[in-house]
Amino acid sequence: MSPILGADPLFSDGIDTTVVLIVIVKTIIVFAILLVAVMFYVWFMRKVIADMQNRIGPQKAGPFGAFQTLADGIKLFFKEQSSPTSADPPVFKLAPYLAIIPAFLAFAIVPIGGVVTVAGHETYLQLADPGIGVLWLLMMSGIGLYGVMLAGWASGSKYPLLGSVRASAQLLSYEAALGLAIVGVLVHTGSLSTRTIVDQQAWDGVGSAFSQWYWLPAIGAFVIFCISAIAETNHPPFDLVEAEQELVGGFHTEYTGIRFAIFFLAEFMNVITMSAIAVTLFLGGPSGPALGFLSADSWVNVWVMPVFWFTLKVLVLLYATVWVRATLPRLRYDQLMSLGWKYLIELAFLWAMISAVVVVGADQGWNRWVVVPSAIFGAGIILAVLWACIPRRGESVEEIR
Amino acid sequence: MGRFSGFGITIRQVGKVVTGDYPKTKRPKPTRFHGRHVLNRYEDGMEKCIGCELCAGVCPARCIYVRGADNPVDAPVSPGERYGFVYEINYLRCIHCDLCVEACPTEAITETKLFEFSFTNRQDAIYTKSELLVDDQGRARRQPWELWLGGEDDETSAWMRATAPSGQAEFEGRIGWSGELGFGVREPEQGQTAPEPLEPEVDPADGHGHGHHADPGHGGGH
Repeated sequence: MSPILGADPLFSDGIDTTVVLIVIVKTIIVFAILLVAVMFYVWFMRKVIADMQNRIGPQKAGPFGAFQTLADGIKLFFKEQSSPTSADPPVFKLAPYLAIIPAFLAFAIVPIGGVVTVAGHETYLQLADPGIGVLWLLMMSGIGLYGVMLAGWASGSKYPLLGSVRASAQLLSYEAALGLAIVGVLVHTGSLSTRTIVDQQAWDGVGSAFSQWYWLPAIGAFVIFCISAIAETNHPPFDLVEAEQELVGGFHTEYTGIRFAIFFLAEFMNVITMSAIAVTLFLGGPSGPALGFLSADSWVNVWVMPVFWFTLKVLVLLYATVWVRATLPRLRYDQLMSLGWKYLIELAFLWAMISAVVVVGADQGWNRWVVVPSAIFGAGIILAVLWACIPRRGESVEEIR
Repeated sequence: MGRFSGFGITIRQVGKVVTGDYPKTKRPKPTRFHGRHVLNRYEDGMEKCIGCELCAGVCPARCIYVRGADNPVDAPVSPGERYGFVYEINYLRCIHCDLCVEACPTEAITETKLFEFSFTNRQDAIYTKSELLVDDQGRARRQPWELWLGGEDDETSAWMRATAPSGQAEFEGRIGWSGELGFGVREPEQGQTAPEPLEPEVDPADGHGHGHHADPGHGGGH
């Protein structure tokens, strides 16, 4: 097993032309899926929000307005590109690509289906299964931050700069909570590889959706992951990065035309990737009941059903994201920071510790009626200490100089 | 749960729609909606306007310009001595207060429910008599810059006044409707009652030169 290429059986017999072709085709398909998914998601979001606000939403372009995003994209493509005189041209031009490329790459580790056979080669329905697994996601969202930060910096204008400062602080803060929430799953799986994680959540009757899928065993991590994923993707109610009332457009104020469209694309692509990762980690990925009246190795059960279940789960999460977007007002910046640093990071940390104790206890055969209460008790003590350390309203805090 | 009750509020709205598919479908407008004007004609095709300029006099926005002229003897335009041979309303000034409709002694000018028009020059904003006058079917003429669909001009006369068509004191408080080209005599609106047929003895047909066209029997006695 190659540590870079991962455990994909595609590479087990060496690499020949067919294997390379398969990889290229998979790359193109993932690329296309993401672009179409963003188009779909923007339309879906506008329709769902309209539905929640007693409106109809886009309806003119195509059936049910489905081509609205495409029309917007074409318009943006042909618009004039301007850049401020005070901008730093090379960085200004580079920034959108720094945002979009990690957004594409992050999706590479998402398993969207099971194991299939193409031209005599067994392969996973996912672009890559590297040994570092979900760390890839954190890496890519970390690199994506550079796009936002440099865009604000290179614009040579104050609102984009303020927006990008906000963005870097916010993404940095919530990346910690996001990472710790992922740890809450990793103590159960014992592996970083997304394929291994998905395989551990294989479908085995309805009960497995509660016992095998990690959303219930790691419910705390799941909730924290969802909150910090929304914050990480700058979606409302955490969209302070582009708070129109305060910052005009945030980091992309000075961007027009296709460069703006690329930022837009990257932002919504990140939402889809985060939902897909949440499905992978917590909701069993592509696992789900196969069609019982067909044989287990019919093409429907091998190709279609896993992709169907994966898409369905992602759609449910996307709907929830839009629901949150339609409901909650934007947080104040100090509320954002306090939620991230004072609550989510602590809770994710304690959850990871409790999970670790429980998992090790089960592994060692310790009495769970002793292990679980004492783990929670210990976590409670730590939480109380942390709580006592948090400055209260009106309390003077000596500044560090 | 107060902090999460907002989620219930948004999810309960799913499936409810209050916005319409405008302009493909339009909501019915209020009964007495004040849209743009039309100049009405009698059922026999005669124009109702007598060129008296009362509408121009009462107009608070000074947007109406009327000039009356004597009817040609061989081809009278209106059933009476004079008719309005110039009639212009400037819709850049009109505030749709409906006072012209109140003032008109012959119900010549009424407001429709048509309001969707936008001009690209000031000339278009000044509706002349040929644009305001209803066509031979009694319907408002659609101008190229107006957006309304077939059927929206059905209720072209916006509303009727509380005074009689003749404008005489004897008819005060009685609702009078006169026959209109394409629409005949209107039914009483909601909340109104149809007046008893006007008595023949209050018919002021004699004594006035213009009494003929103001004959309440023309409309109210229908």
